[in-house]
Amino acid sequence: MEKEERSLKTVLMTVTRKLAPDYVNCKSCGRRAVRKVWQENMNICPFCGRYQAMSADQRLGLIFDPGSRQDFNSDAGVRDPLNFPGYSEKAKKLEKKTGLKESAVTAFGRINGIRVVAVVLDTRFFMGSMSSIVGEKVTRAVETADREKLPLIIFAASGGARMQEGIHSLMQMAKTSSAVQEFSENGGLYISCLTHPTTGGVTASFATLGDITLAEPGALIGFAGPRVIEQTIGVKLPKGFQRAEYLHKHGFVDRIVKRQELKEVLYDILKLHEDSRGGFAEDIRKGGQG
Amino acid sequence: MIRESLMEVGRINMQMEELRSKGRAEDDQEMLDLSMEKARLLRPCVNLTAEDKVFLARKIERPHIDDFIKALFTDFFEQRGDHLYDDDPAIYGGIARFHGIPVSVVGHRKGHTAEENVAYNFGMAKPEGYRKALRIMDQAEKFGRPIITFIDTPGAFPGIDAEEHGQGEAIARNMARMSSYHVPVISIVTGEGSSGGALALGVCNRLLMLEYAVYSVLSPEGFASILWKDSSRHAEACEIMKLTADDIREANVADEVIPEPLGGGQENPKRLYGSMDMAIEKNLSALMAMSPGELLRDKRRKFRGMQ
Repeated sequence: MEKEERSLKTVLMTVTRKLAPDYVNCKSCGRRAVRKVWQENMNICPFCGRYQAMSADQRLGLIFDPGSRQDFNSDAGVRDPLNFPGYSEKAKKLEKKTGLKESAVTAFGRINGIRVVAVVLDTRFFMGSMSSIVGEKVTRAVETADREKLPLIIFAASGGARMQEGIHSLMQMAKTSSAVQEFSENGGLYISCLTHPTTGGVTASFATLGDITLAEPGALIGFAGPRVIEQTIGVKLPKGFQRAEYLHKHGFVDRIVKRQELKEVLYDILKLHEDSRGGFAEDIRKGGQG
Repeated sequence: MIRESLMEVGRINMQMEELRSKGRAEDDQEMLDLSMEKARLLRPCVNLTAEDKVFLARKIERPHIDDFIKALFTDFFEQRGDHLYDDDPAIYGGIARFHGIPVSVVGHRKGHTAEENVAYNFGMAKPEGYRKALRIMDQAEKFGRPIITFIDTPGAFPGIDAEEHGQGEAIARNMARMSSYHVPVISIVTGEGSSGGALALGVCNRLLMLEYAVYSVLSPEGFASILWKDSSRHAEACEIMKLTADDIREANVADEVIPEPLGGGQENPKRLYGSMDMAIEKNLSALMAMSPGELLRDKRRKFRGMQ
């Protein structure tokens, strides 16, 4: 009798858990909504409109034509060049939790039919920070776009360099910037989309080297973190400092794009460049002898 | 701890300087006694810890870019400003000759006094500074001059105006453009090379480091405060970050370590300049034997291989 009661209780609890909606609290206004509502709203708070982070899967799902995504270099996992205490263990835990082996996801896909190479940094993995593998994956994505003559789109979101990898992390800034430079010299189109937050070594390398720079509403974008600046200069920071709108005003972002419009805006930019390529852009590069 | 020994040495240096100003010869008995005492104090300054090296790298008496330009180059012509917005005193450079060969030289500027350091913003550059360096280096590429950069900075300046003027973009642009040069580029980390602010002058064919210089993703204090929320764990950070010249050589990032006199370059600047001159001469002649295309590919290969 007692045993039966207990098992009945367990069954009831399981059923309730399965049926009850899974809630998400907004980090900005604190109100909560059902997870499904959040996801259908592209991780934008249904109450206050604040943008929350998107996973790499969600991001690519948002911009790619259904069924067109093809990941590459997805096996590379975290290296631990300094044998940093606790680093490998933390990486394993994050891999289990998120299903990601590193914070960068690289993939081919189509945007309304136009084939592109895309990179997304996923903040659930070490805050999207740049490790040597992230630098390598970004570099290979740039090289792949260069080789296949495809446009490149990178969604940056990063806390900066991966501290646990020391100098190896720093050198990725030079490696990725050098790759972007070569791609650019070869006439490649690179659209950089800055999402919340883009800071440190990622801001100071490939993220700010795009031909076209887009940003998401409210995204924090900067080199030094606001706390470091406040502590160093001892002055209160102006309202909206380092937000996407602030950078747009100061001329470092071409356009702020809502998620609802992202795919169409990307398509418009791609189309403008695709049409340019068929024209005399090629001839200009060859020295105007066409 | 090297700190105490060097404080003693500093006192002896001052006494010797005073005697010299009174016209005493170097072979005067009192002078000889003092230099013997100095040598005795410096003798144990070997096998230094990473924390010792960070201390030496930041020492205010340590020779800086002004000293290197005076000692190693001739005909220096300073170039000022980015010609876009402003002149940033945290970056210093221009055109000069090295062993008679015209080169472009540029680096972070630190001072030997508190006033100088305030004027140079402690070597923390703003976007204007990086763009000034870029202007100097772009001209080197245009006129086929080798580039020599001196790296010594606690990091890029974290300030409101620096952010408004695109600190991230300025650093990224420098690295991208440096990677595309066809002239020889030699970078020397002479003091502290911290973060992207250092690397913005460091995309080179050959990276040299002075023996007691350090190179790292962030200052040890910043590192400790980000990872452990405790900037006082500075000593621990110094060890764990593997930032000494030997560590950076071991990691295949630096190509060569330039030896320093016992107790650091400030204790015998002439000897330090001699070692630097030899190292620059050797690497520059090797690079100048390469064609522009080879130099470009060599540099791209070097950074492509960074793991």
